[in-house]
Amino acid sequence: EMLSAQGFGGPGKMKEYHYAGAVENRFSPYAFNGGTDTTVIGCSGFHGDCLTLTKIIDARLKMYKHSNNKTMTSGAIAAMLSTILYSRRFFPYYVYNIIGGLDEEGKGAVYSFDPVGSYQRDTYKAGGSASAMLQPLLDNQIGFKNMEGVQHLPLTQEKAVQLVKDVFISAAERDVYTGDALRVCVITKDGINEQTIPLRKD
Amino acid sequence: MALEDICCFKDKPTQQLFPFPALETDYHNLELERLKTSQTNWGDPQHIFIPPFPQATPFISRRTSRFRPPNHALTVQRPFPLSHGTTTLGFIFQGGVIAAADTRASAGGLVACPAVHKITPIHSHLVVTSSGSGADCMLWERILIREIRLYELRHKRRLSIRASAKLLSFMLHPFKGTDVCVALTLCGWEKEGPQVIYVCSDGARLQGDIISVGSGSPYAYGVLDGGLSWGLSKEEAISLAREAVFRATHRDAYSGNNVDLFHIDAQGWIQRPREDLKEEYYRELERRSKRRREKKKRDTIESS
Repeated sequence: EMLSAQGFGGPGKMKEYHYAGAVENRFSPYAFNGGTDTTVIGCSGFHGDCLTLTKIIDARLKMYKHSNNKTMTSGAIAAMLSTILYSRRFFPYYVYNIIGGLDEEGKGAVYSFDPVGSYQRDTYKAGGSASAMLQPLLDNQIGFKNMEGVQHLPLTQEKAVQLVKDVFISAAERDVYTGDALRVCVITKDGINEQTIPLRKD
Repeated sequence: MALEDICCFKDKPTQQLFPFPALETDYHNLELERLKTSQTNWGDPQHIFIPPFPQATPFISRRTSRFRPPNHALTVQRPFPLSHGTTTLGFIFQGGVIAAADTRASAGGLVACPAVHKITPIHSHLVVTSSGSGADCMLWERILIREIRLYELRHKRRLSIRASAKLLSFMLHPFKGTDVCVALTLCGWEKEGPQVIYVCSDGARLQGDIISVGSGSPYAYGVLDGGLSWGLSKEEAISLAREAVFRATHRDAYSGNNVDLFHIDAQGWIQRPREDLKEEYYRELERRSKRRREKKKRDTIESS
């Protein structure tokens, strides 16, 4: 299982979020809409903990909505998830999370977590079983790292979606745990757009 | 004890006795406990779920309770590595305090993040550098910021740096012996002058002139001891700190990427822009080749 998220505050003011699903011939989505129009959370790792964690986040989102009369912003969800994960410091949720969403200014925000709650806002991040393989690729293509004398063209939505599809196809080739299908969620200020793309099924 | 009652600080044992009494544990992270206790002054800063079964005792290796399960071979190893390894340093001089840190977070052999903020401001005159496990440091810094702010609001004055260090040390005390790995250096300015205090989850609380923490600290200490004196100017102190982190990142595998520098003086903290150590490395190569060229020139002039 693997997922990656890219966010960028480019001219399109959008953020993308993608994930790969499926274990053992079942299509089990690892991303879920955080109850809001502007945030998607993806979890990879131990599936049981993924399911429980998403249920807890769902409940906390509703509690916040009912007591504060507004939806949680992406930054607030990230901070809350950090404390939820840390409260299980001595028996952690074995989940690598990535939150993707729009911040208050409408720019893309990606927050990546480790299993005990340390988090960081990034522009792009890969998480999961193939993350070590894909993070350098994202560093190069989105961050323009480790290259000299290249033009830093801002990423458009079409290019970003295509890049992510390529990234996941490569991951499915080289990582045994990644495959079956890919679900891409593109978050813009107009809402969340989801597509499902098939990957290698072996 | 009388003082314990006044402060409501009781040495809470983290290991529960076996068989376990029915406690209201926050298994589902709904934080209902915290909502109830937030009215008191000294409520639990963060409700941390302690797993109530014997297999988890390796995480909590403190008290030998007479109900310890006989099978010690049942160890539950964490299946993932946590972020660890760093170089941070802080020192005082006539112009204030310099706090510097690298920006690499490593998890096992992988660089989990090349651009982490290891120095966090707490208030306008106090900054904390973190080392140890990334998640622990991040959360404990948050808790410390909250507690200091609450104190400020309740008592209308700011806690001194030594008192903040004491507060942090007491909050960490229940977790002594467990897996929590937090080594924070509080660097700040107060009316008595600049101060650097090191607080560790093992219980250490040390004040000093130079403190360096982390896997790269031996290398940093070498550079700092060689160049530090009280009368340094601000620019000299900053370049010394940067040099120390640079040398440590070169020799230590778990430190690297960029260096963050904070300077704290009577007006507050100022953050220098983050510097990529790759540039520093190339500048160093330049300097060395220039020195070699000049030496060669001098040798040829002397010999002729």
